[in-house]
Amino acid sequence: MDNVIRRRTPRARLLRAGLYALLIAAALVYLLPLVVMVLTSVKPIEEIRAGALLSLPSHFTLDPWIKAWSSACTGMRCDGLSGYFVNSIKIVVPAVAISTLVGAINGYALTKWRFRGSELVFAMLLFGCFVPFQVVLMPMARTLGWLGLASSVSGLVLVHVVYGIAFTTLFFRNYYVAVPDEMINAAKLDGAGFFRIFWRILLPVSGPIITVSVIWQFTQIWNDFLFGVAFAGFDSQPVTVALNNMVNTSTGVKEYNVDMAAAMIAALPTLVVYVLAGKYFVRGLTAGSVKG
Amino acid sequence: MSALEIRNVRKTFGDTEVLKEISLAIDSGEFLILVGPSGCGKSTLMNAIAGLEPVTAGEIHIGGEDVTWRTPAERDIAMVFQSYALYPSMTVRQNIAFGLEMRKVPKAERDQAVERVADLLQISQLLDRKPSQLSGGQRQRVAMGRALAREPQIYLFDEPLSNLDAKLRVEMRTEIKKLHQRLGTTIVYVTHDQIEAMTLADRIAIMRDGHILQLGTPDEVYNDPADMFVAGFMGSPAMNFLSASLEGGPGEYRVRVETEGAQAPLVLPWPVERETEALASQVGRPVTLGLRPEHFSEEDERLGDQAEGTRFEATTTVVEPTGADTLLQVRLSGVEATVRLGPKSRIKAGDRIALRVDMSRAVLFSTEDESRLA
Repeated sequence: MDNVIRRRTPRARLLRAGLYALLIAAALVYLLPLVVMVLTSVKPIEEIRAGALLSLPSHFTLDPWIKAWSSACTGMRCDGLSGYFVNSIKIVVPAVAISTLVGAINGYALTKWRFRGSELVFAMLLFGCFVPFQVVLMPMARTLGWLGLASSVSGLVLVHVVYGIAFTTLFFRNYYVAVPDEMINAAKLDGAGFFRIFWRILLPVSGPIITVSVIWQFTQIWNDFLFGVAFAGFDSQPVTVALNNMVNTSTGVKEYNVDMAAAMIAALPTLVVYVLAGKYFVRGLTAGSVKG
Repeated sequence: MSALEIRNVRKTFGDTEVLKEISLAIDSGEFLILVGPSGCGKSTLMNAIAGLEPVTAGEIHIGGEDVTWRTPAERDIAMVFQSYALYPSMTVRQNIAFGLEMRKVPKAERDQAVERVADLLQISQLLDRKPSQLSGGQRQRVAMGRALAREPQIYLFDEPLSNLDAKLRVEMRTEIKKLHQRLGTTIVYVTHDQIEAMTLADRIAIMRDGHILQLGTPDEVYNDPADMFVAGFMGSPAMNFLSASLEGGPGEYRVRVETEGAQAPLVLPWPVERETEALASQVGRPVTLGLRPEHFSEEDERLGDQAEGTRFEATTTVVEPTGADTLLQVRLSGVEATVRLGPKSRIKAGDRIALRVDMSRAVLFSTEDESRLA
């Protein structure tokens, strides 16, 4: 039920019908690429070559998905995306966990243990949100080489943590600023220290903002291409880089169905995370703006 | 030995001096109230005692030990906050036991302490709830329970009742007083509500601009205020300040108050027993006469000249019956003065009435610097 009082004249109804038609048409335009991808990925290649782009598959097959996962060629190697998918997980999970935790501690320190210059530190961290990826490529490459982490999964984790801290700190800082200082003072009087207050008092009320931070960081890091292609070694490439290599492989026949399946595989995890936690994402982003 | 002693404490934030040389000492079991308008430094002083903010200079001693540079946890104090500051993720039981847990008190003892304060505050049935499931008054009790569980040397209350509605506030006020009488705890209590200060305190410290203007019993600060600010701050309705001039000499000082219209001025003899040295230099100069609303009474015609005080007539402008008594506004000496009469008074606005003023508890201030003269 909607709770709007509106006129019920024929003219108003007509306008309303027009409005819905426009919205549905716009939605279709946005949905079409996905539809084409899904349809293409379950068709045999012969059917695609016949030119029926939008038609339903006459022979439904999952072979392109299986091939994309386990035997498609990415450059020289032909063992599918699976290894790279695992690489991505190995990069994303620690990078998300570490950057979220560090962001939470930063936000806590910047709001509840203010020190001389803490506002300046926060301003500089905020500035980090606006530094383009390309700017840090060279210095980061040098740093990784110097640390002995070049071309490794750990190196990529480090890059993503460093780059993500600016955002996660911003999230947590803005969330914790609304937590009353008196609560922290009460805990200090009760005898709890810096980390005890963080673990026992603050973290248990941080659910919404942790969700925001995790979704944001997961999406950013999983979809990252530039850092992956710049810093990953042969064995540590994330799935986005592998997908690019697979699609751009110029030997043999162009297998659109396999490419589409591979793209779907690469995109699925972020979709799943958003569907599972999206409700909390919106709730966390607007937390504090309305009392409740 | 004092339970709490504050020696020459100063606190500055940048260029602003929030506390200026504060010194005070309270005995074990005493209930001290810090009262004053917002921005007077009372909360800063409270935070300094708690150790939540370092002082710029001076010393703080608790139970004879210098705690100036100790952390809040090391000071053996507990605090009840205005917003209650309960831990939202914990149950009431966990909230109350948290301070003991942090001090590594064994589980059995903690449970005992929780039972004890829950009984004391009648919150036993709430122990397994979360703070979000409690009403304002219940949260208030839990916040007090959290402080009581640890049995510290000093309890600090930071405007604990100001988030409650009027009725509950009066109930909790009585409850805090009972608790103090029963447990004999040492309490420092910050409020901006002078009624709370009068009803609860053993001693009141009235603060303004980082100074303690007066430190005394409720009776002292009410009847013998140190200056015009204290006199005006304590008491509701507030004391009337009338422009007047001083006449006569030792043994026969008179305070002359101009009344409205063509009326003869009101000349009030100053009680001989309340004369001070300071009066001599003020003869012929403007002074401010302080009269509380209850220093006036309605003229009782049957008593005639037997009645105490000086008789005068005035026109009422506003009548406010409160139930327990009736408040009148009358025009006197260019200002509206508030007069408190009995509830049976049948006076209407605009009436010309006869009143008597009792000078035996009146106070006199210098108009120039608002200091007390007599």
